[in-house]
Amino acid sequence: MECHLAAGLRGEHMPNPTTYSAGARDVAPLAAVIGVLGLLLGYLSTKAGMSPVAAVVMSATTFSGSAQFAAVSLLRNGGTTAGAVLAAALIATRHIAMGAALARGLSRSAWHRALLAQLAVDESWAVAYGGDGTFSAPRLVGAGVVIYVVHVCATAIGALSGGLIDDPSRWGLDAAFPALFVALLWPRMDDREARLTAVLAAVVAFVLIPWMPRGLAVLVAAGAALAYKRPTGRDAQ
Amino acid sequence: MTKDWWVVLLLGVLTIAFKAAGPVLLGGSRRELPPSLAAAVARLPPAIFAALLVTQVFSDGKSIVFDARLGGLTTAVAGAACGAPRMITLLAAVTVTALLRRACL
Repeated sequence: MECHLAAGLRGEHMPNPTTYSAGARDVAPLAAVIGVLGLLLGYLSTKAGMSPVAAVVMSATTFSGSAQFAAVSLLRNGGTTAGAVLAAALIATRHIAMGAALARGLSRSAWHRALLAQLAVDESWAVAYGGDGTFSAPRLVGAGVVIYVVHVCATAIGALSGGLIDDPSRWGLDAAFPALFVALLWPRMDDREARLTAVLAAVVAFVLIPWMPRGLAVLVAAGAALAYKRPTGRDAQ
Repeated sequence: MTKDWWVVLLLGVLTIAFKAAGPVLLGGSRRELPPSLAAAVARLPPAIFAALLVTQVFSDGKSIVFDARLGGLTTAVAGAACGAPRMITLLAAVTVTALLRRACL
């Protein structure tokens, strides 16, 4: 904790610049991971019997890697259309909660908001979060466009070129995103209410792991955090 | 239409709707949200971050597991606690996870 305090005194954890280029820059290390996953997704899609064009169109329209992996793995194992869509959609339900959190950061018309919201995937959503409780639309767009281009292009390359990537977890890439979450959550943990909310959601999500798909567990955990009432009397601060 | 295109179409429509729902219904700075709803929405980001984190570290998709990712998580916490740059924290967590996974094979 001492080194954390020192970092705070040095003035780190300042609000991030809210520009397109700052969003694009901050998402760059994650874009590399997305690229690797996209190659694998494209390859597995064709192995599951999808045409390369369908695989690329799915990345361009669904644009939610985890949901796409679920759909592809079910198709590959002989699942029905309805089964694949349902399983993937349950994983994508977390976008409802993420969109609700993001909403106040977007302005202008409803169509414009709906369009920008399409750029919100886990990584760009996280990068758009300022740490002060607000979301920045320029950061979302900067990060989202980078991720979108990488995701769609990598899917195409993977679909056309076959198995370039065997197992991303072998390289520890599955730890990259949780590590980013820690980096983003940490400065917020000084706030008592944010800390309690995070702990509650973490416990609920952990308990739900064996019972439902990951995305739905995230949605339910976020719902539980909403149901949580602010403790009366703020003297404990 | 073949099976793969039905999946592309239906999943695409659902995901786009999920993503748009919040910003369309709650967004726009002209309207103020009721205070209770605004307070609830403000609590969402830390909750979602924590839930995503837990499901990505402790789940294999079906059950609770403790594996090399736990080492990566510990590394990330240490890095964040010491105020290390985000990029360094990320690389360290990935490296530790990969090394642990290799060592355990």
